[in-house]
This record gives sequence, structure tokens and C-alpha cells, in this order.
Amino acid sequence: MRRLLGPRMLPLAATGLVVVLLYLAAGAKFHDSNWFTYRVLRDLVVNNGVLGVLAIGMTFVILSGGIDLSIGSTVAFVGILSATLLGQGWSPPAVITLSLVCGVALGALMGWLVASFDLPPFMVTLGGMFLMRGVTLLINDSQIAITHPTYLASGKWPIHPAAGAWLIALVVALYLLHYTRFGRNIYAVGGSEQSALLMGLPVWRTKVAVYACCSLFAAFAGVAQSFVSLSGDSTQGVAQEMDAIAAVVIGGTLLTGGRGYVAGTVLGVLILGLIQSAIIFANINSWWTRIGIGLLLLIFVLLQRAIQQRVDRQ
Amino acid sequence: MASLGRIVSSRHFWPLLVFVLTLLLLRHLSTDFFSISDGRVYGSLVDVFVRGSQVMLLALGMTLVIATGGIDLSVGAVMAISGAMSAWLLTAHEASAGVAIAGGLGVGAVCGLWNGALVAWFGLQPIIATLILMTAGRGIAQLITDGTIITFHHAAFEALGKGYALGVPISVWLVLGMLLVIGAVVDWTNLRLSIESIGSNATASRVAGVPVARVRLLVYVVSGLCAGLAGLINAANIAAADANNAGLYLELDAILAVVIGGAALSGGRFSLTGALVGALVVQGLTTTILTSDVSVHATRVVKAVVVVLVCLLQSPAFRARLQRMIRRRP
Repeated sequence: MRRLLGPRMLPLAATGLVVVLLYLAAGAKFHDSNWFTYRVLRDLVVNNGVLGVLAIGMTFVILSGGIDLSIGSTVAFVGILSATLLGQGWSPPAVITLSLVCGVALGALMGWLVASFDLPPFMVTLGGMFLMRGVTLLINDSQIAITHPTYLASGKWPIHPAAGAWLIALVVALYLLHYTRFGRNIYAVGGSEQSALLMGLPVWRTKVAVYACCSLFAAFAGVAQSFVSLSGDSTQGVAQEMDAIAAVVIGGTLLTGGRGYVAGTVLGVLILGLIQSAIIFANINSWWTRIGIGLLLLIFVLLQRAIQQRVDRQ
Repeated sequence: MASLGRIVSSRHFWPLLVFVLTLLLLRHLSTDFFSISDGRVYGSLVDVFVRGSQVMLLALGMTLVIATGGIDLSVGAVMAISGAMSAWLLTAHEASAGVAIAGGLGVGAVCGLWNGALVAWFGLQPIIATLILMTAGRGIAQLITDGTIITFHHAAFEALGKGYALGVPISVWLVLGMLLVIGAVVDWTNLRLSIESIGSNATASRVAGVPVARVRLLVYVVSGLCAGLAGLINAANIAAADANNAGLYLELDAILAVVIGGAALSGGRFSLTGALVGALVVQGLTTTILTSDVSVHATRVVKAVVVVLVCLLQSPAFRARLQRMIRRRP
């Protein structure tokens, strides 16, 4: 309990409290018993599973002090690639493996450019975004249905594919960030690259691995998305990288790198999802979702800024 | 030889060379490259400038913001807001073209003020501060249009996007006007020096007495104004305000244009004409691909290659490695 209320964990605990309060407040506002049902909570997890996986990958990059704009396009690429290859008779394991390998390759390429030549991550991953969206559209610029029996059977799985993917991503990320040397190195590089270099940490390798990792999560999210929507769509994931960044920031990870938790990112995604559900439930126009997310982002960033200044003063 | 070296190492040389090469290719591909009929200019060359006018305007504002070490992700959304505002004034209030233009520009400036206040007064990181408006902006635009696409018929307003003056498209005049105004203000006052010093080292600038907060506020307002004007041209072009698609992804094109123009994302020196050339390179490549038989979607792949190449050419680490390789060979 003491550790939970210490200065390091307090923001995380507070964000968790916000999720619960937001949920309860929305329920109180609606006077609608349907809000407090298993179905709403289930939809919250299922509808945001793909974004959840993307945001977890984004946390790695942001913790290292970088950013990745290419993940939304990667989701679309994996979707179109899967649908096309499955249509040509490839087996699902082969398709999934190829998708993940493509993700790692793209990420490693971007990481290499960032780490070896000191290029700005924003521009390099912008290039990655254009590249993946372009290649996707060149393969197919519309929607392809997936009719493979393995994919169709995913509806009967004990756990929804999106929820399952989110859970797997969370466990893997928690392990990597908090129980491995790689995770420690990410925090060190994000905190101060210069210090990490002087301490003899493998900065170059860490940076390349971080981008490879983020793109791997994005490709994994793409696989999950193709199981959920049972199709590949070339317009899938447009602007989703921005939602992922928003979720990471709301979850308390600093964009300057070095500080933050994956658990916070999960809470950030849940907050975004709650706003969306609440606005659908309240039957207000959908554009209030965007405005609501913007306002929430503002409040959280200002709060973090205030906390940061207090910590710095102490 | 020495003068040739100076030309090659000039910051404008490479973007200009790429632009000229693109134009040569475009000339080779298109049936009507440049022509004058009824005292008006036509052809694919003019097309590059007309279609590029929106990105050129955004790039003018963006280059000032980037020079201070910031970035403005919200310009695409601001375009949507300003277009929606002017269309709403034209239809719901039957306002004159002047009022609609003033409304659109005004709302653009207010958006810029909002971004600037978050960065300059509250000390938020520019990327996050402008991400807020990028996220909320299209929602606000839809709020104004009530979720529909507002169409209008107003000859005087539509002239912003489709009209000609002295044989040249009005949108091109607007870019030229904005360039001259910003250029004059920046170079006739000490603003250029202030902006570049903030981009190089904000703390040192503050200590040296540069009004850091005020200059930062100003560059975001200018960027908002430019985005507002680009939004008006966009709405006038299609005689409608489309909150979802107006200016979509144009912020990325604008940032790309500024970087191609030779500015570093970390801030410091900037060049207004460089940003314009960068925007023309982006548009020239797009138009050339559209004219050729290659699929439209290849545009993005070409853009991806251009982004990475430009960044590599600017990277000291890459240049050093290249020089080592060249020296080792003979």
C-alpha cells in the first residue's frame, strides 16, 4: 500500500481511480441499469483491444524518447497481406508468421536509420507510414473478405481475439519492460541517452530493438484486427497512431522518455474507450467523442505538468 | 570550381535541382505543360502551383514554428475549422464574401493563439499541445457544420480557389502575398534573429533578453492564420466544407515540405523560400505520378523514399560515413 501511494506510483493509482470514477459517473448520469452490465465492460475491452496492443507497442518507443507514426499503416498492411495470401491458399500460421516478420523488418529498418544516422524519429517513421500505406494500396486499394475456416471459427474461441491479443501483449510488455535487461536499457536510454552511453549500455542495439518491438506489436495488432473484422481493409487504422499516442500520454508516460508504465497505457486506452461508450450510450453526436478526447488529453497533460513541476521543486 | 562548390553546398541547391528534374519529367509526360489562352495561364506547370498552394501556405507558417524548435500538428484540422466557419457564415447567415473570409481567418488565428498559449504560457511540448487541437479540431469543425457537408454557391468567395487575377490563379497570388508579408515582417524587424535564437537555445535566448514566450505565441498564431487561409482556398475550391476530409494529412505534407526545404526539425535557421520550394517538390512529384501511367498509390512510396533520403542527406553522421567511403575507394 505504501508503495502504491509513493511518489512513483501515485499518478498511476490516480489514473486508475479516474477510470473507475468515469465509469461510475457515466452510470449515475444515465440512470440506466444497462450501463452496469457485463456486456458494456466486455465491449469496452473487445472494441479497444487492437488500439490497446498498438498503444502498448507505442509505450516502448515513447519510453525510449522516440515516436512511431507508422503503426496505423502497418495494421492496414497486415490486414490486406493476410486477406490476399489467404485467398491464394496460404495457411494461417504461414500468413501470421510472415506478417510478424514484415513488422519486425520494417521496425528494424526504421530503428537502424534512427540509431545509426541520428535521424529524427518523427521523420523516419513518417516515411514508414507513407511506405506501408502506399504498399498496402498498391497490393489492393479496397476491402477483401477473409473466408478461411480458421478465421471464421475465431467467434467460438473461449476468448475474443481482440481481448486475447491485448492480454498477450500486456503480459509480454510487462515482462520485457520490468523483468529484463532490455527493459532497463529502454528506461535508461529514454532518461538520458548520453548517460546511458557513458554507462556502457548498448544504446544502438536498444534503439533498433525498440522500433522493431513497436512494429512487431503493430503487426500483431494487425493480425488481431483481421481476426476481428474478417477482412483486410486498406483504409484500416487511419490516424490510429494518434489515438495510441494520446492513450500513452493520458496513461502518464512522458513524451520526453524515461518515465512511464505499460499499466498506465492500458488505463489510458480504457479512458478513451469509456468516453466513446459513454457518448454512444448518451446518444450524443459522435463528433463530441473527438472533442471529449481532446479536452481529456488537455486536462491530463496539464495535471502531469503540474505534478512534474512539484516533483522538480522538491 | 570554388563557385560551383558554393552553389552545390547552398541549402536551396538540392531541393531546386529535384524540382527542376521533376518538372522536366512532367514536361516530357504531359500533353499541355504550359500555355496561355484568353490571357490566362494553363497547363500542368500551373497545376503544380495551384494544387500546391495549400501546402505552400501551411509550409510558410510551419517553417516559422519549426525554426523555434516546435511543430504544429493541428494545421490540417484548423483548415477544416476555418472552411466550416466560412461555409456556415455564407449559408446560415448569408454573409458577404468579406465577412466569410474574415471569419475563417479569425478562427484560424484563434486556433493558433490556443496552440501558442499552451506552448508559450503553460510550457507544454509542442507536439502534445498541437495534438490536442489535431484530435479535437475535426470534432469542432463537425460541430459547426452539424455533421453534414455544407455546400454553397457564392461566386466572389469561390474565386479564392478558382478565380484568376492578371491571368494568374488567385490562390498563387495569395501564396505570394503571404510570402512577401511574412518575409517583410521577419526581415525588417529583429524577428528572424529572435526565432532562430530560440530554436538554437531557448534558455540562452531568455537570458539574453529575447521575449521567448511572445515570439513563440506569435509563430503559432501565424501558422494558424496560414492554415485558416489554406482552409478557405480548400473550401472555395470545392464550393463546400467537408469537416472530415479538408486538409487531411496536409500537416504531414507541410512538415515534409519544410524539411525538404533544408530546415532542421530541431530548430534554428529557416528559409521561407526553401519551404515553398519544398512544398513544390512534394506537389511536383504528386502531379508527375498522377500524369504518368504509374498507379496513384505509388505517390506515397515515392514520398517515403524522399523523406528518408532528405533526412539522410542532412544527417552529419551519414555525410561523415559517405565521405569516409568515398575517400577509401581510390
